[in-house]
Amino acid sequence: MPSWPEKHTYIGAHTRRIDGPAKVSGTARYTSDVQPSGWLYGMILRSKWPKATITSINLEKARKLPGIKAAILVRDCPRTVRYYGEELAAVAGTSKQACLDALRSIEVEARPLPFVVHEEDAKDEGSPRVWDKVANLSKPRLDEHGDVDKAFAECAAVVEGFFTTPVQIHNCLETHGNTISWTEEGLTAWSSTQGITSVRDGLAGNLDVPQSQVRVISEYMGGGFGSKFGPGVEGAVAARLSKEAKAPVKLMLPRFDEALAVGNRPSSFQQLKLGATAEGKLHAFQMDNYGTAGIGSGGVTEGGGGGAEIRMPYIYHVPNIRVRQSGVNVDAGSARAFRAPGHPPASFGMESIMDELAVKLNLDPLELRLRNDPSEVRRKEYRLGAERFGWTEKYRKPGSSPGPIKTGVGCAGATWGGGGHGTHAEAQINPDSSIEFRCGTQDLGTGTYTLIAVVAADLLGLKPEQITVRIGDTRYPPSGGSGGSTTAASVSPAIYDVCMNALQQLQERSSITDARGPNWAAACKKLGVEPLIVSGRWQRGLSSSGAGGVQFAEVRVDTETGFVKVKKITCIQDGGMFVNELTAESQVNGGILMGMGYALYEGRVMDRTSGVVLNPNFETYKLTGLADTPEIDVVLLDMPERGVIGIGEPVTIPTAAAIANAVANALGVRVSSLPITPAKVLAALGKVKPVA
Amino acid sequence: MNESTAKDRFTVSRRAFLKSFGATAAAAATAQVETVAKELEKADAEPVYGPGAVPITLQVNGKLLKLEVEPRVTLLEALRDRCKLTGSKEVCDRATCGACTVLLDDKPIYSCSRLAIDAQAHAITTIEGLTENGELTGVQRAFIEEDALMCGYCTPGFIMSVTGLLKENPKPTAEEVRHACAGNLCRCGTYPRVLRAALRAAGVPVTTSKTEVISYAKLA
Repeated sequence: MPSWPEKHTYIGAHTRRIDGPAKVSGTARYTSDVQPSGWLYGMILRSKWPKATITSINLEKARKLPGIKAAILVRDCPRTVRYYGEELAAVAGTSKQACLDALRSIEVEARPLPFVVHEEDAKDEGSPRVWDKVANLSKPRLDEHGDVDKAFAECAAVVEGFFTTPVQIHNCLETHGNTISWTEEGLTAWSSTQGITSVRDGLAGNLDVPQSQVRVISEYMGGGFGSKFGPGVEGAVAARLSKEAKAPVKLMLPRFDEALAVGNRPSSFQQLKLGATAEGKLHAFQMDNYGTAGIGSGGVTEGGGGGAEIRMPYIYHVPNIRVRQSGVNVDAGSARAFRAPGHPPASFGMESIMDELAVKLNLDPLELRLRNDPSEVRRKEYRLGAERFGWTEKYRKPGSSPGPIKTGVGCAGATWGGGGHGTHAEAQINPDSSIEFRCGTQDLGTGTYTLIAVVAADLLGLKPEQITVRIGDTRYPPSGGSGGSTTAASVSPAIYDVCMNALQQLQERSSITDARGPNWAAACKKLGVEPLIVSGRWQRGLSSSGAGGVQFAEVRVDTETGFVKVKKITCIQDGGMFVNELTAESQVNGGILMGMGYALYEGRVMDRTSGVVLNPNFETYKLTGLADTPEIDVVLLDMPERGVIGIGEPVTIPTAAAIANAVANALGVRVSSLPITPAKVLAALGKVKPVA
Repeated sequence: MNESTAKDRFTVSRRAFLKSFGATAAAAATAQVETVAKELEKADAEPVYGPGAVPITLQVNGKLLKLEVEPRVTLLEALRDRCKLTGSKEVCDRATCGACTVLLDDKPIYSCSRLAIDAQAHAITTIEGLTENGELTGVQRAFIEEDALMCGYCTPGFIMSVTGLLKENPKPTAEEVRHACAGNLCRCGTYPRVLRAALRAAGVPVTTSKTEVISYAKLA
């Protein structure tokens, strides 16, 4: 079994991004920046009805407008639309303005139908059905073991609570979209994607083109977070527009559309009950949960494929559990995978009720976790984190902070699988000693370009800047999609294999016994005129799956305004062998700040009367900003013997739970619904009426 | 430009709008009448542009660029789609995220919310205009050194905001950097590093926390 060398030059060190200069100078080319010769704008007309039978769509006026080169129906009429924003028609034209005028000229006839957009409404039998033949609320799936009722009766302390989490919108800064050229020779798509291969396969399948004739390129992409694996309706539409117009079409969605039709994190409505023995050992747990994944609640895929189920009782082992979960359909856009699908809502519910139990048992919540967390790694992380954070000095009984601005602390833990999978890569070593790696993976901003350079430089005894990295093109050897925190653990072992094969072959051809480092150039020179091309693939033994991590939060809550300010987050994160500490820390910061948004600011708001999304923009859908950013203390817990493990997901899981617990600790009352807005804080304090 | 075409397309001209506004305002508050009258005079003196394409000249990164754009075209769109300067990004297209930030006479502005015709006769600097002979500026280098970028889509906007800040205030405090970047959003979460990068570029000592790597094997 292969293994990583014990001594490293670059692996585990701070290496600046090799794509840094391109990104800071504006020359990095994203899908939205691509401008092939003769390109046209593409735009989509969306339904303004949350539910309707569309009887006819007339594109004739649009087709005749100056500059318009193509106009298509997304689907033939009559048809049913099931949410505000579903795709109806599309146009391609020579300017944005021409397309805007064309969309306005399209006549749509529709028969509005009754709709339902709120989960609480939709689950009632009497409400309009999203799908005619299926009840909105799916039959609960039961997961039960032990004698739960008997176990609750045996408990020394039992707590109950109702916890809710909102639908969260990915809001990647680069919107979803593609620039597509479809000619007789085949189809080339520049795609803002986390999976060039899955986009290729999606386009090929949708458009009936052989996969070998579809090329997908994603040199740089502006964020995905789980929402950008397939070509989407907008991808197929861009291709069809290109074919009709006989020109490349760029179709990037406007910001509003991001809140409507390209994915979200499902909501959750968790009725929880937790009991423990007098020694503070968890003994019984019960949950009834429902949530919505929009029109497509599958219900059983843990959020990953778009279902609304969550993993409970999350990281804890409870001997007696009864978990019932349903999905509920509403007339809103479908969910998609969202950074650690199913985990942040589970963490919020479970860690909240754990703190309630600690109060009831008169225990420090950290102590309750140390007694019950089954993971030894996480227990050690809690101890280390508590020391750095100053938990013992900072923790006070809930609500005992004096004055109108109260401080509080909370903590929570996470788990994630990750792990590597099949990736192929190749390298071309030239006689002038330059080397180029090619791999059909993609860099979402996590640092994949740099990761390849670091691994290769380390193993070949070169410098990262000597390595040319080419990724983001389906013409390179295939890798998988970048999801589930799997990219680092998939790509690094493949690069290792290429390097080992390269050294062996280079040494054979050059008769130099160690071609690394100082001998590299001499060995390459002996190649003569024929470059060396070597391939490699993912190997077992160089990566593993399973990462934990704990976080501590300190907050200040203004009891007069209800405003929550996060003062500090301490994060202890394990992740096997860290390839690049610099980019790993950035990942941690990013996960925490996104988790903060989930805790305090984010949540899609649907209007019951009109069925529209009320906050499809950044004025009303708030993201964490620099001004909100707290002090963040990060510890990366090094376990080199485990090989490479991705950490993009676990770092975003416990943040919201830790913040919610800190707020409850500060106030002495709990806001059990995310996001923790000032209105909810004031309502919890009894100062204002709760918002419906 | 051709005024009759304008009337065909737009039922309310700027003049008509001001007139109706004037009527209401006059009824409500006589003190405003004079102001409104002055505005009307100014509106009369201004030529009416569009709706068709009009010739404009933009002064971008020290070069004069002659374009023909409809008056409704934003500066951002003109830069990206007509001048091939795609470093400035369109993210929200409504002045909430800062990804389109450029300098207008050295002041950061949202180019998505300025019409191209209104950006004439100003010195515009985009992210592409910062580098001279391929040499990165101190701010750009600090962003790389501190890893103040992830996917990189918001990065040009942040760099322009920080560049604008340092032109006005070469030694800002951390609070001043936070304030200067309050109009820029990042979804990857680069903020702590942006703060460090801005202070580093300004030569201000950085006191924010730093990551530590601890060996699990050595933990008790």
